[in-house]
Amino acid sequence: MIFSWGYVIEIAPLMLHAATTTFVMTILSMAAAATIGLFVAAARASRHRAVASLGWGYVEVLRSVPLLIQIYFLFFVFPEFGLTLDAFVVGVVGLGIYYSTFVAEVYRAGLEAVPRGQREAATALNMGGLRALRSVILPQAIPPMVPPLGNYLIEMFKATPILATIGLHELLGQGEQLAADTFRYAEVFFLIAVVFLGLSYPSSLFIRWLEAHVSLGRQVARAIAEAEATVV
Amino acid sequence: MSEPIVRFLRVDKSYGKLQVLRGIDLDVAAGEKLVIVGASGSGKTTLLRCLMTLEKIDGGVIEVEGEVLGLPKTADRQAADERRLRRIRGKIGMVFQQFNLFPHMTVLRNVTEAPIHVLGLSKADAEARAVGLLTKVGLEDKVHSYPSQLSGGQQQRVAIARALAMQPKVMLFDEVTSALDPELVGEVLNVIRQLAHEGMTMLIVTHEMGFARSVADRVIFMDRGTVVEAGPPEQLFEAPEHPRTRAFLRAVLER
Repeated sequence: MIFSWGYVIEIAPLMLHAATTTFVMTILSMAAAATIGLFVAAARASRHRAVASLGWGYVEVLRSVPLLIQIYFLFFVFPEFGLTLDAFVVGVVGLGIYYSTFVAEVYRAGLEAVPRGQREAATALNMGGLRALRSVILPQAIPPMVPPLGNYLIEMFKATPILATIGLHELLGQGEQLAADTFRYAEVFFLIAVVFLGLSYPSSLFIRWLEAHVSLGRQVARAIAEAEATVV
Repeated sequence: MSEPIVRFLRVDKSYGKLQVLRGIDLDVAAGEKLVIVGASGSGKTTLLRCLMTLEKIDGGVIEVEGEVLGLPKTADRQAADERRLRRIRGKIGMVFQQFNLFPHMTVLRNVTEAPIHVLGLSKADAEARAVGLLTKVGLEDKVHSYPSQLSGGQQQRVAIARALAMQPKVMLFDEVTSALDPELVGEVLNVIRQLAHEGMTMLIVTHEMGFARSVADRVIFMDRGTVVEAGPPEQLFEAPEHPRTRAFLRAVLER
């Protein structure tokens, strides 16, 4: 069978539709992970030992069980207990929960990277907890969080084909169905690879740019300081 | 002596098993310049941190203008309610050894942030106050710089201006020149001297004995969590009574 560009073009609209599913799922899953991760990070930082242990257990357990198994649990096991979820919902919930553990760790690392003296200075200036968070802590904690969060976003995007196993017509699921009919695997998987490459690679370039940009701010400031010091 | 502005009554503080303050009794009069000297680990920094409410005390009472500030951890939580704590905390300003300026803000915003959001000043009023204070510490031309663009001495002067912008009644200086290059120490000490002349109540922890002598109304020597000796600087530096004070001064002055 010869590689047919004609077939590639023929299936492009269907595959593009599937790509939209993949894309929307990635965004929704990230939103879920970002939100759940916030609660997990808060739980882990809690002063109540029981709450902190719960957050710790959540992260350790969910991170140690492969995503595919968690997806199967949601899709095949939960219905036995009366909770039947649509494949798309399973995707968003499954990816959201799994990646919330990583996101929570990013939040935690970002917050812990702000020196203790910053919080103390805020207290000495009589700022309340929320004000200190808004004026002092978060503006310093968030910029370093952006690159790792971006990387998890890309990773999540690349993890979506797992959902083909529960029959979701995202890129891989849609492609497998087409290929099963026509046996034109080359065209189908070529197109799938191109879509993933076309979205992932520029995104990772952008995140690398962000990384450079964030640290560049400090480098520039330091360079200016050094230049001034030598002038004086 | 009139009613003290700050009073420590039998204050205890431990970190785990290590007791760093042992039954501290100390009155500070309004307008007094109290210098605290002692070896590292003697509890002098902890004393300031407890007054600034950065640490909770384990026993005793701290009062500011007659109001109870630092109650032991175990005490009735109601007594230490947040609003009252913040009202009293507003009377105290602190300058740290490591400056602790906010690196993501310009010098001007470092000095205006708390006056705007805590005191409720308008931006214009806060900026006018900030520029006035920055002029006072000699940094009116650095208003739009970021902390990383300043020398250590300049950063510390901004930190002083930032604390003063909250118009505290008592200023705490915690080894504010210890992290500075020697040639930058003078500019910071001069600012503190100027403040002293203006009548600010100050608690100063320092290793600069010459400065301590010139600025202090009273010097206390701390060792192992207790106040070993207290007195006017001439007495404490020239005729210390306690052997431990003598040993400490000898070690410091022979440096």
